[in-house]
Amino acid sequence: MLRWLIGGGREPQGLAEKSPLQTIGEEQTQNPYTELLVLKAHHDIVRFLVQLDDYRFASAGDDGIVVVWNAQTGEKLLELNGHTQKITAIITLPSLEACEEKNQLILTASADRTVIISLNPEPSEIAMVTKGPCLAVLRRLDVWLSGGNDLCMWNRKLDLLCKTSHLSDTGISALIEIPKNCVVAAVGKELIIFRLVAPTEGSLGWDILEVKRLLDHQDNILSLVNVNGKLIVYLFIYYVKFCTYIHDLCLDLSFVTGSHVGELIIWDILDWTVQACEHNFWDPSPQLDTQQEIKLCQKPNDVSIHHFTWDEENIFVAVGRGLYVYNLQMKRVIACQKTAHDSSVLHVAKLPNRQLISCSEDGSVRIWELREKQQLAAEPVPTGVYLCSERVNKQASHPVKKQQENAILFSLELIGDLIGHSSSVEMFLYFEDHGLVTCSADHLIILWKNGERESGLRSLKLFQKLEENGDLYLAV
Amino acid sequence: MISAPDVVAFTKEDEYEEEPYNEPALPEEYSVPLFPFASQGANPWSKLSGAKFSRDFILISEFSEQVGPQPLLTIPNDTKVFGTFDLNYFSLRIMSVDYQASFVGHPPGSAYPKLNFVEDSKVVLGDSKEGAFAYVHHLTLYDLEARGFVRPFCMAYISADQHKIMQQFQELSAEFSKASECLKTGNRKAFAGELEKKLKDLDYTRTVLHMETEIQKKANDKGFYSSQAIEKANELASVEKSIIEHQDLLKQIRSYPRRKSKGSDLCSRETEYTQDRPSQAATTSDPEESADTDRYTCRPAYTPKLIKAKSTKCFDKKLKTLEELCDTDYFTQTLAQLSHIERMFRGDLCYLLTSQIDRALLKQQHVTNFLFEDFAEADDRAVVRQESAPAEPSQDRPPSRSLEKCPIPQVLISMGSYRSSVESVLIKMEQELGDEEYKEVEGTESGSFDPQDNLDCLDMDMKGSISSGESIEVLGTEKATSVLSKSDSLGSLTVPLSPQVVRSKAVSHRTISEDSIEVLSTCPSEALIPDDFKASYPSAINEEESYADDGKGAIHFQVGTSPPEPGEAEEGSVENTPLQTDASCCIGKETGGPQVPLSSPALTLSDEEGVVSTPPQRSRQKDQGFHVDFAMENSNLSSRDHSSEGFPAYELDPSHLLASQDDSKTSLDDYSDSTSCVSSVASTSSDRMPSSAHPTGPSSERHKKRAGQNALKFIRQYPFAHPAIYSLLSGRTLVVLGEEEAMVRKLVTALSIFVPNYGCCAKPVKHWVSSPLHISDFQKWKLIGLQRAVSPAGTGALHALSRYSRYTSVLDLDRKTLRCPLYRGTLVPRLADRRTHIRRGSTYYMHVQSVLAQLCAKAFLYTFCHHLHLPTRGREAEAAAASRQASFLQLSLGLVNEDVKVVQYLAELLRLHYTQEHPGAIQPTLRFDYVPSFLYKI
Repeated sequence: MLRWLIGGGREPQGLAEKSPLQTIGEEQTQNPYTELLVLKAHHDIVRFLVQLDDYRFASAGDDGIVVVWNAQTGEKLLELNGHTQKITAIITLPSLEACEEKNQLILTASADRTVIISLNPEPSEIAMVTKGPCLAVLRRLDVWLSGGNDLCMWNRKLDLLCKTSHLSDTGISALIEIPKNCVVAAVGKELIIFRLVAPTEGSLGWDILEVKRLLDHQDNILSLVNVNGKLIVYLFIYYVKFCTYIHDLCLDLSFVTGSHVGELIIWDILDWTVQACEHNFWDPSPQLDTQQEIKLCQKPNDVSIHHFTWDEENIFVAVGRGLYVYNLQMKRVIACQKTAHDSSVLHVAKLPNRQLISCSEDGSVRIWELREKQQLAAEPVPTGVYLCSERVNKQASHPVKKQQENAILFSLELIGDLIGHSSSVEMFLYFEDHGLVTCSADHLIILWKNGERESGLRSLKLFQKLEENGDLYLAV
Repeated sequence: MISAPDVVAFTKEDEYEEEPYNEPALPEEYSVPLFPFASQGANPWSKLSGAKFSRDFILISEFSEQVGPQPLLTIPNDTKVFGTFDLNYFSLRIMSVDYQASFVGHPPGSAYPKLNFVEDSKVVLGDSKEGAFAYVHHLTLYDLEARGFVRPFCMAYISADQHKIMQQFQELSAEFSKASECLKTGNRKAFAGELEKKLKDLDYTRTVLHMETEIQKKANDKGFYSSQAIEKANELASVEKSIIEHQDLLKQIRSYPRRKSKGSDLCSRETEYTQDRPSQAATTSDPEESADTDRYTCRPAYTPKLIKAKSTKCFDKKLKTLEELCDTDYFTQTLAQLSHIERMFRGDLCYLLTSQIDRALLKQQHVTNFLFEDFAEADDRAVVRQESAPAEPSQDRPPSRSLEKCPIPQVLISMGSYRSSVESVLIKMEQELGDEEYKEVEGTESGSFDPQDNLDCLDMDMKGSISSGESIEVLGTEKATSVLSKSDSLGSLTVPLSPQVVRSKAVSHRTISEDSIEVLSTCPSEALIPDDFKASYPSAINEEESYADDGKGAIHFQVGTSPPEPGEAEEGSVENTPLQTDASCCIGKETGGPQVPLSSPALTLSDEEGVVSTPPQRSRQKDQGFHVDFAMENSNLSSRDHSSEGFPAYELDPSHLLASQDDSKTSLDDYSDSTSCVSSVASTSSDRMPSSAHPTGPSSERHKKRAGQNALKFIRQYPFAHPAIYSLLSGRTLVVLGEEEAMVRKLVTALSIFVPNYGCCAKPVKHWVSSPLHISDFQKWKLIGLQRAVSPAGTGALHALSRYSRYTSVLDLDRKTLRCPLYRGTLVPRLADRRTHIRRGSTYYMHVQSVLAQLCAKAFLYTFCHHLHLPTRGREAEAAAASRQASFLQLSLGLVNEDVKVVQYLAELLRLHYTQEHPGAIQPTLRFDYVPSFLYKI
């Protein structure tokens, strides 16, 4: 087991970090978002955004409404009312990758019931009797699961295939698909791994088998995120954040969990053992004696992991108000921004161009760029950029440690911020072609667009229309 | 936006010619026609006549079969309006020119009385003694009790200004037709109801009579009939006949041609009915059946009365009122329409014309005009006209000249009508209707006549007739063809007009009467007295006086007072063309005829003749020479006005004109900017004229004036006005922060003239907000007045403001600071020059409008230049397109620094507007830049 503890007593300039919130002026040349569109439809906190296809997305929130939008025009395409209570999970079936199937379903879960919305050909709703706040889809088997006090397996035609016995009174708080037809359910502090058995010659029915229970987190697990082949579990205190699938993570045979007490644990996915643990931001041990740290630690929110995302090399973790980049090869944090926002960072996403976007309870969205830089040993750590790999677990004599001195170092540079929401930004969705969608507790959804590009598109549209009307005369 | 025409039309051309104008001439369709009467250097405001009424009004009269012509009501219903004007006398006049034959009775070959759906007739009538000119619209309503079942009515628009009536003939006609259609629809409905009642009565009577006869038969079966029985039988027979007759009438009224009522939305209810079951309803005599089949007769159970054998046609019976004749709600609708007409044509002709031109030109700019134009009131009228448009063809009227309807090139034609003078309306209509036919006729009958000449001649003739005091009628109906030959004077006029051309087309599907467009001017012989004439045309004379020394050698005041012999003029006009033009020129000069600068043929002719040695150039200069002379003239007039009786003071009073004319886009004040005397006149005359006589709502004119004034004040007061205006023009929301609501509102209103519109809806301006702003507010509003309050809510608002500072510029009224991005362009300084010499609000408003119009043109060019935005060949680097754009903006459009952003923003709006399928459906996005702001202080 590897364990890194970050933010220890060896912090070189604790006082200099007193107001470390990096700000950026009005001049943001690298910020492409110069156009915004406010979308109003919800009348309570908007918590979830889910991409449906290239240009559509759905939003859902505490008002129990699901709204389907056009990301290009900001047009409201559909408004679906099926829930009487807060929506706690939203998922699409089949997911983005399997869009060849015409009938795309949106599954939404709330405490009252699960609603399946069929988008094609006509939007329709089918109410389900099952209760339970979480959902998972196994595309390979073409089944989906709903989790409440028990775990139910359904097929596309909405037949109940299988059901577990009563698991616990608290119920499953999060559910995620992992390879080998397994799902991980978070029940209280435990992670329970179930294997779904499809009917074969031998056994006729579907079955759900409990494979393993993992008890390594110190607090309740409420949400899970899965990757194809990997599982990442992250915890959040109050509610399920979201479930999504991403395919191309090459973190082999391991998965990562994070808890609200600041633990980031990488699990081996095959034998369900803890591979590495980044207990990074808060340690109750007396080593953390600087005033700064104690203050920081008073609120559990400050060190809890709210969200993380990843690419081939790194895991990007939102911890409290900060952002950390954990390198999987080096098995250490390579860059961090301790106070990236004024308050908790709720969601992070990696853009293709080495950019990172984070949103926070303070209502802002910030765009970061991960920049390489050669750090000389003598050079002091610059303000706001935190490189820490302080403590290596004794058990692991890691080669990375040796290389550390002259490794390529990274920093997170703020290149822009998006200010629009007046309340906590719950989540955002990045569209390659249409910009960024953010949703917030102020009931609004904002579509951020690249102004120049949009202007060009509008211009094209104009000339197209001119041509259609026969009014276009080209100079000879 | 195009306020230039207002200015140009009244500006002396030589002022303009001093400037080196080397730019290529505007395309014809965009050129602004000059004021039609400006060729005499005339005062563009209405000629002042001895009218006894203070302003235009609408009179409804009836030719009562009992008492003869009588006025029924006026709109506005205010005795002050028509003053001492003799309504009874005028009713007599207007009712006596109804040339439509409303023939009802037994036409040969028909057994039953036949109803005719008579078209309305439209007549222009002048009475120079009364100083009243009227557009008269005759219509016939059905009344079962009336003689021949018809009651003739007329609606008249009465004005002291003859030109106004003539120039606005088309518009008046269209509007009055709507009113008339509404009345007639209601009338048909009421008439049908009346007929049904009558039928029930008759049916009941028949039953009663039948019973009585039976009883009698039984009583004496001796084989002979008593005289009583015979009488009863006769009575029964007559009732039977009457029933058949009435059924036939009912059938007729119900089979009213549907196409005629189509298109008139006022009458849409009726059309349903005619569609429903015309045949069934017509054949039903059974009261029960008709009662529940016909929606018209669904009135609560009507108890039939016994009808006496002898119908009482006595004169003591009370005739139905107009309201009874038509259905009440149709009647009120009509009244509403009429008062709409009254409002629409209120004010001086000059205003009407310029605003019409203005609008027509604006309509052509449909791609850009939404940006800065105030469409609130323009739309109102546009809608009205569009409504009228579809109704026209179904009425077999000549197509309307409605500017909005015309495709763009045709606007030129309609301009022609402004350019040419009053009576040209007539020809105008022919031109559009007849097209080829007209040309043919023209070619054959008038030889080498130029249409323009025709117009002139026609006009001159009319003028001549008026001034000569002869009673001359110009009749254009086919009824009047016989009359035509008599009125030699108008031979030349009527020949090219050739009513048959038009009518032969229409006559096939008309029962009897045609559209009759008639020009009739009557002058009692007393008008021959020069003094009388002089009194009724003081301004015309005055003009001549003021220009007498202006180099117009051949024209003397005397010409005006002692007009040439009418006979001479008439003769000339009949005999040949040269003489005609000659005469017309003479008279034209004298009375202010349309010496149109564009009509060079007429001018050259006059040159050749040598009667009036007015070089064309000279008269052209006169056209635009108004600007300077106006003040002088006004002062002249004002000095005169005490002496001349019946001189309507309001015509002189600019502010009065303003107030009474909601629609006009221009204000008189602008022209009198430099003359203080005018304003003094205005004040005195407005003192004399109680303003209550002209109840006007919050006119947008006044609003504009005030906005302009306050904007001027702002520019003078704040050195940082430029960046603030730049913010508005570039689409960055400007928040005006202040404690005092009135101050903030005032400034917001003032600055709103710089705010570009998203579409044809209201400007994105929020005058007063006290709650914290949200991001969506910046998307929606571009100018916001925000309350500064000490309350927690107020601090919240301020906090929100600082949070969203990148989207806003903040103008703090209390601290006199402005926080906004830097501006270094050249556009805004032109728009808002601190040391501007403009002093009047409305002038400044117009200045702003014209600068913005220029700006819009640039934005238009930028937006629609194909090569700027699309890759020219194959795949081209984005950068290349960007650099092309930049160089176009800088070099071709001459924009520097931040001005580029203004044009880019406007271009965005244009694109959005153009590509939007449903205007206003999608809000534009909030565009912003990441640029630093600066704090400006006084």
